[in-house]
Amino acid sequence: MSQTRTVLVTGASGLLGRAVAQLLIDKGYALRTFQRRPPGLQTESGPAEFVQGSVTDGEAVTRAVAGVDAVIHLAAKVSFTGDWSDFAATNIEGTRGLLAAAKAIGVRDFVFVSSPSVAHFGASIVGASAGPADPDRARGNYARSKATAELLALAEDSPAFRVTAIRPHIVWGPGDTQLVERVVERARSGRLPVLDHGAALIDTIYIDNAASAIVRGLERMDHAHGQALVVTNGQPRPVGELITGICAAAGAGSPTWSVPGWLARGAGSVIERAWSLAGKRGWVRDEPPMTRFLAEQLTTAHWFDQRHTREVLDWEPAVSVDEGLQRLGAHYHA
Amino acid sequence: MVAEVWPGVDPSWSRFVDVPSTSLPDPAGSSHRWHLLDNADELAARGAKPAGTLLCVHGNPTWSYLWRTLLAAASVADRPWRVVAVDQLDMGFSARTGVFRRLEDRITDLGDLTAELGITGPVVTVGHDWGGVISLGWATRHRSQLAAVVLNNTAVHPAGFAVPAPLQLALHPGVHQWGTTTTAAFLRVTHALAHPALAKDVRAAFMAPYRTAARRQGVGNFVADIPAGESHPSWGTLAEVADSIRTLDVPALLLWGPKDPVFSDRYLRDLMDRLPQADVHRFEGAGHLLPEDRDVATPIFSWVEKNADRDGDRADDRAGRHPAAPADRADWGLAHDQPGTACGFRPMLAALDERRTDSAAAVVDMAPLGAVRSTGPRTLSWAQLAERVDQLASGLDSIGVKAGDRVSLLVPPGIELTSLIYASLRLGAVIVVADAGLGAAGMSRAIKGAGPAYLIGIERALLGARLYGWPGIRISAAPLGAVRRRLLGVAHTVPELLSAGRDAQRTGSVDPGISNGAGVSIDPRVPSGPIPASGTSAPTVRPIDPDADAAVLFTSGSTGPAKGVVYTHRQLSAMRDTLKNTYNLQPGTSLVAGFAPFALLGPALGATSVTPDMDVTAPATLTAAALADAAAAVQATTVFASPAALVNVLATASVLTLAQRQSLAQVQLLLSAGAPIPEPLLSRVQKLVPAASLHTPYGMTEALPVTDISLEEIRAAGPGNGVCVGTPVPGALVAISAIRPDGSVAAEPSTSPGITGEILVSAAHVKDRYDRLWITQDHSVSIPGWHRTGDVGHLDDAGRLWVEGRLSHILATAAGVRTPVAAEQLAETVDGVGRAAVVGVGPAGAQAAVAIIETVPAASTPALASPKLAGEVRTAVVAGTAAGAGTAAGAGTAAGSAARAGTPGSAAAAAYPGAGMDLAAVLIIPSMPTDIRHNSKIDRTALAAWATTALSGGKMRRP
Repeated sequence: MSQTRTVLVTGASGLLGRAVAQLLIDKGYALRTFQRRPPGLQTESGPAEFVQGSVTDGEAVTRAVAGVDAVIHLAAKVSFTGDWSDFAATNIEGTRGLLAAAKAIGVRDFVFVSSPSVAHFGASIVGASAGPADPDRARGNYARSKATAELLALAEDSPAFRVTAIRPHIVWGPGDTQLVERVVERARSGRLPVLDHGAALIDTIYIDNAASAIVRGLERMDHAHGQALVVTNGQPRPVGELITGICAAAGAGSPTWSVPGWLARGAGSVIERAWSLAGKRGWVRDEPPMTRFLAEQLTTAHWFDQRHTREVLDWEPAVSVDEGLQRLGAHYHA
Repeated sequence: MVAEVWPGVDPSWSRFVDVPSTSLPDPAGSSHRWHLLDNADELAARGAKPAGTLLCVHGNPTWSYLWRTLLAAASVADRPWRVVAVDQLDMGFSARTGVFRRLEDRITDLGDLTAELGITGPVVTVGHDWGGVISLGWATRHRSQLAAVVLNNTAVHPAGFAVPAPLQLALHPGVHQWGTTTTAAFLRVTHALAHPALAKDVRAAFMAPYRTAARRQGVGNFVADIPAGESHPSWGTLAEVADSIRTLDVPALLLWGPKDPVFSDRYLRDLMDRLPQADVHRFEGAGHLLPEDRDVATPIFSWVEKNADRDGDRADDRAGRHPAAPADRADWGLAHDQPGTACGFRPMLAALDERRTDSAAAVVDMAPLGAVRSTGPRTLSWAQLAERVDQLASGLDSIGVKAGDRVSLLVPPGIELTSLIYASLRLGAVIVVADAGLGAAGMSRAIKGAGPAYLIGIERALLGARLYGWPGIRISAAPLGAVRRRLLGVAHTVPELLSAGRDAQRTGSVDPGISNGAGVSIDPRVPSGPIPASGTSAPTVRPIDPDADAAVLFTSGSTGPAKGVVYTHRQLSAMRDTLKNTYNLQPGTSLVAGFAPFALLGPALGATSVTPDMDVTAPATLTAAALADAAAAVQATTVFASPAALVNVLATASVLTLAQRQSLAQVQLLLSAGAPIPEPLLSRVQKLVPAASLHTPYGMTEALPVTDISLEEIRAAGPGNGVCVGTPVPGALVAISAIRPDGSVAAEPSTSPGITGEILVSAAHVKDRYDRLWITQDHSVSIPGWHRTGDVGHLDDAGRLWVEGRLSHILATAAGVRTPVAAEQLAETVDGVGRAAVVGVGPAGAQAAVAIIETVPAASTPALASPKLAGEVRTAVVAGTAAGAGTAAGAGTAAGSAARAGTPGSAAAAAYPGAGMDLAAVLIIPSMPTDIRHNSKIDRTALAAWATTALSGGKMRRP
């Protein structure tokens, strides 16, 4: 790189945002991050530059994008439950504002970190490629809002302002609070059932691979712009085996009881609604133990054809599932 | 243009044309408006000049909509054909003429239409149902324009068969008007004949022109015009069409759905008799509405291109009925004087004829058919066997069995079957050998498909024939009481045939037109002229046409229905000679026939053969004692067995007496045929037959054997990517046609080592063709000069063939094409794993590899393997398939030690550079689905479908 590019990473306090930011530092990019809390990232020359604030705050956004060459946008409200207005404000309006601000100051490249759920409509996905996002059919507020945001982002793609959407599928690894911590915490308290026989084949992506794919999205913008790409480890595994593997790595017991998938899906709907009501009254703060969305995720196959993604990104995941589980084990036993 | 949307129809095809009528019932000067589907405008718009016209005629109660797939396919072809699919008058959207149009009128109508359209030729007629007769009527009256005829489920016979029962009902005066016209019952019943059921919108399209009783008058008239007897007004025309198609000298294609309650297989056989030049394909499982049930457009155009395209490049390339040898076999390092080729045809009966005065044992049954167990073995000398064969041949002759007639033999291997086989071959009749190893349903399909004129069987088989309606005049192998005889519909018995044969020989009343009354052989080495044989007169001998059909054998049907495979006399003889030359089987050899196909060959080889006390169609019933006793009975030098039989022999070997062990110690050659056999098992067999050389041939029903390998050679080859099956047998050529990354096969035969691809065979003993499976046959010879086996493998540096699985079982993963066998062998090395199958789930090119395993002890229900077991299997497979083994593309696929030593595989496309096959999941099942005949060929296609369901979150039922 003849000239060091300055890259803004939003949402760098999350697991994936942090990994992306760290990778950019390691690869010698000039980094700025933008999130609500200080990320505590170090470069060789001291703490990494950051702007503190929310993507819903226009003034903060303007400050964040000032002088950067590229944006990797990860900041989002990620939850299985919650009010639509919260999702819309952060995920849709936040993205819209960021896009406008970046375009206005002449940012060249924009990587929108999305989710395969924007094109998952409940049926199983067996070796499929990335379908178009569809807010009307996506399941749950998170997926619906991300679908709208992805469409907004890709609609802005032009030779002067290049946009790609990278959709990592089920990111996991040490420090992951979305999947690993929940699985492990539930397994420890004996609340983790295996749904059906646990044989539904699902794709996941180890954290380091997800971060490298996102950075490749930026580096391969010539090829990737205008497209949405699902990124996975390319190693689908039965969901039961994955969960057992994660529990084993964390030293928690394996799930021993089994619940039929239809029951979990039904119960998930009920619990989701009850949790939502209870949340409004301030009785609960946690995520519900089971949602319909989660039950669907755990009982239907969803794995992807990675050939196009790998060709476009000229990228191979470096950490296999087994290697990832070993690293997870080392993390828990450290 | 009709203002409706019909699924699958381009609106531009729909057109109307006014046609002056010359039909007799119409007043002079009449004209009728026809509706057609016609792609002429579409082709003109593309600037394409059609090669000719397909004139498609629907039956009752359909309309031109039936042929929409032909229009769609024609329009996109490189060398397009115009397709004119008509709505007959009073049918579809053509005019309602108000006149009762009979068969004669309809043929005239069609001629009026083609005249008006100015269609000259070449024309291929395509007909379905009663449209078939009309299309043939047009064909016989427009011979100068006619290029070919294509028929789907139809009939032309006016005599010989009764009108099918469902049509008799439709014709009944009390039912006819109500069923066909007043209500739409006839339409609905017809539409319900589709397999699978028609989609709702397609059903609606078929119903569209027939929504009111007035519009259905033509449907009723059509049914009423079926000539149920000679007094019917249309009888004469039908008879004329039926007779005159015998003189059609154009190619014919018959595509048939056998599950048709009206136009059943017997109408197909009738058409084949009238159109002997016809190529035939029976779509097993399809029915009356064949163009709805299956893709007929692809095979029709493929056939038309090869048979009826007068100007096309391939006009003279007739569908390759005879898999020719490569253009110059010398190029492939093969001399021309191989066994079985034109210069050295020796009939199957030659050895028997030469030894017809020999009193030495020819055939021995350890457990004779129908005998009480204690009666002991039954032996026939060569003289007795020759006499019996001659008598049976005369007996069959006396009941009218002619050369070319198919005779289904449903008799267990042994003296009775051997006699019947050679008697049939002597007459030039075609033996149909469907063994019980196909299972009851498979056997039923096989026999119906082959359509024998005669069926000779044991009582159980005759019961099956009665129950399932198998075709053929029934002949019982054993005497039968009058009641059973009537009950089973038996016309003759084998004892009666023998007695009739004796009488005929004694009185010399054998049909002189067929028999020349002398033991004439066309082989100069066999003495001709009358040979006295045990006091009888000369045998019935017909000169055999070496290139006439001799036998129909069946594939094991481990994936899909069993396929009939036709051999000519020349090819059958070549099979015998190949076995003889490969294994040095001489007169004086004595062999134990524990493997069904080879059990038939003893008398042809001039070898003494003994059938052990076992159910030869259930290999696992052969015990060590039964094998030893059979060997002792003939001082056997050679044993033919199958892996399943040998497993049981080993399991029962502990009870062998010293004498029995000594008999087995005399054996010099043991062949294990039918499926691969693991080296450890073969090594244990070696201990039982210490003096024997152990060999396993590789081959298939279509070509047996192709290669051979001995136990020593198996050990020398060591492990590798697949099963090493040795080098080609004398007279056989093997080549590989590489698999492309997308899973398709390149048509470039090669003998270069290290290329994984489809295994091709060329040999004099390769089958003539698949029986009544033109599409299958056409595919099997689509690489000119070769038979495509459908197996996948590679050749190594030493010229050895390694079989890696079936072409239909390859995995098209994102990391490239993978074959399953090496991965399966690796999975089977894990403790607690029995048999393993590796299949791909998901779309081709992005498939995930899945191992499905049996455990030891067997699991009671299917389940996901424990993470521990899954991990062990995964590790074994990844490690073993790394560095190239199991990959199909690129260099480094040379199997065995070279690959193990770390030659890089097709790493560029692998998930992880240098990595092996990544198993997405390991599933446990109680037991593998296998074929019945060998109990060894795993149905991976079924397993893949099952795994796809199980791994998509569906219910995990038993596979």
